[in-house]
Amino acid sequence: MSEPVLKVENLSQYFRVGGLRSKGLLHALDEISFEVAAGEIVALVGESGSGKSTIARVLAGLYKPTKGSIVFEGHELHRKTDRATRGRMPMVFQDPFGSINPVLRVGHSLLRSLKLHRSDVNNADREAEAVAMVERVGLTPGADVLRRYPHELSGGQRQRLGFAQALASRPSLILADEPVSMLDVSIRIGLLNVMRALRDEEGVSILYITHDLASARYVANRMIVLYAGRIVEEGLTEEVIGTPRHPYTKLLMTTAPDPRLPLATVDGGHDLGEPPKVINPGAGCRFAPRCPLAMDRCRTSTPEFVQLSSTHRAACYAVTGS
Amino acid sequence: MSRPILQVRDLRVEYETPRGPAQAVGGVSFDLAQGEFLAIVGESGCGKSTLLFAIAQLLTYPASIVGGSVLFDGVDLTSLSTEELRQHRWRDISVVMQSAMNALNPTLTIGVQLADACRAHTDWNDARIAERSAEVLAMVSIDAVHLKSYPFQLSGGMRQRAMIAMALLLEPKLVIMDEPTSALDVVAQRSLMQQVEDLRHRLGFSVLFVTHDMSVVSHFSDRLAVMYAGEVVELDSTRAVFDEPRHPYSQGLMDAFPSLLGAPRELTGIAGTPPSLVNPPAGCLFAPRCAHAMDICRTTRPELIVDDTRAVRCHLVNPRSVP
Repeated sequence: MSEPVLKVENLSQYFRVGGLRSKGLLHALDEISFEVAAGEIVALVGESGSGKSTIARVLAGLYKPTKGSIVFEGHELHRKTDRATRGRMPMVFQDPFGSINPVLRVGHSLLRSLKLHRSDVNNADREAEAVAMVERVGLTPGADVLRRYPHELSGGQRQRLGFAQALASRPSLILADEPVSMLDVSIRIGLLNVMRALRDEEGVSILYITHDLASARYVANRMIVLYAGRIVEEGLTEEVIGTPRHPYTKLLMTTAPDPRLPLATVDGGHDLGEPPKVINPGAGCRFAPRCPLAMDRCRTSTPEFVQLSSTHRAACYAVTGS
Repeated sequence: MSRPILQVRDLRVEYETPRGPAQAVGGVSFDLAQGEFLAIVGESGCGKSTLLFAIAQLLTYPASIVGGSVLFDGVDLTSLSTEELRQHRWRDISVVMQSAMNALNPTLTIGVQLADACRAHTDWNDARIAERSAEVLAMVSIDAVHLKSYPFQLSGGMRQRAMIAMALLLEPKLVIMDEPTSALDVVAQRSLMQQVEDLRHRLGFSVLFVTHDMSVVSHFSDRLAVMYAGEVVELDSTRAVFDEPRHPYSQGLMDAFPSLLGAPRELTGIAGTPPSLVNPPAGCLFAPRCAHAMDICRTTRPELIVDDTRAVRCHLVNPRSVP
């Protein structure tokens, strides 16, 4: 494998919580390590509160990480990283209604990104480049779309525009934070197909953050499952979906709504638990309180990763059986 | 089957717009039996929420009911005055809104908000109110200590369950739910649905449930109505719609979501967008997006063909339309 586009090592992010003298530290992320190779889509999956959006925000430079290193395109990222590098890792946000300026034409923001991030495109060619960008994500005719105002576009069209805007800076990695969760089911698939096309035709890597396992399976090459700030399972998509090993991954699999499942197989929906807020944690598996397989040692020591294949690993004592 | 609790007949709703009236709901009819769970699915803008609001008599300007009737237990709700409606609200019909975040008052505790609803609709004393409040919270697996909690102290799933508890306060016969699960994670979504289902079997109320994600209701609803551009295009038992969708739009919807089962495969979804409701096309509203459209589809609006329990609005299944 060639050099990964993104390499995250031992990334931790703590937030101080409570009053002035409080010693409470919320562990939003704990010792996260993963890589994203060129031209692959990696899905970060977990419930709300699992820390998946925090990862995106740390990568985008919105938070200063407490510990750990982020290496992007061979260079260590830090807070003062220049605009050109940042431009190569743009973010697409969840809310297509809140992330576009409603009083300016669609073309404005796109031309602006091109002007800021693409010095190779001169003034004369910029318009044509913008048209190419929006047509790339399936908004046609491009010239017409650029003249519209955001309110004239539907949610799905706006989210495509988000990807066009991300494309404008010739990225190597797009951070997509729940890009389809606010869209109608019938529109989602179109956007997921856009993401696949960007990967296959432009060679862009995408970090796809979602709570929807089925859509993650549809687009992602690899999958990382997060729980309460830790990675619990990681592997090739079909490995994780085909042979989920961590009990949390299994829980996510059984709760994913799927009309194709026969009626009789639906049960176990009475899990009312939620990911805990991890404040000053001790040792132990964070999933243990909800876990049907929890043993005594799960509550006293933190499970290490077990390598299940060269690409598949899970952090759980029950997996090893030891 | 027992007598229908709700009979909607040819209900029409229009929005006033600068370009003329837009027909958001165009002639919807259905029955809902006591204890039945009917789900209404469709894309955003298909009129499903407007339909619910019309049934609950919650429409405000610029929307108004321009035709049809809503018979609840034999009484036409559209003809009642505000005061008469108030007698029915909460006691007979309650509504669970889409976002509990916005529907709950952030400055009042859950207990105060439950008590408020009781005081407005009953003459219970404080002890009775407190007792009933704790009772309904217990029904949705929330501890009574949360009567003293503010909404922000509860998680998204708990807030949504508290909303359902509130809807059940006065033991209504019909609970109307407008996408109660759309802001929730999959795990919370599944447990909420399970809870609604358990309560329905125990208390025997009917549920009218609107969602854009038909996979959410796939294992819970008795019948499923698929709406497109303000019309019901297919109405059948949930299983039948999933196993053997008859309308091309339902077939397209079924093909639009990825699955965890089977081999990975390409999905296409439904190309195009819903038609304008101000100047709708002459023929079938779905014809411009339909892969099976025939000549007749572009000129003649198909009727809703009802046989037995199933109904579908498509020329393809009408033997008289197919050449």
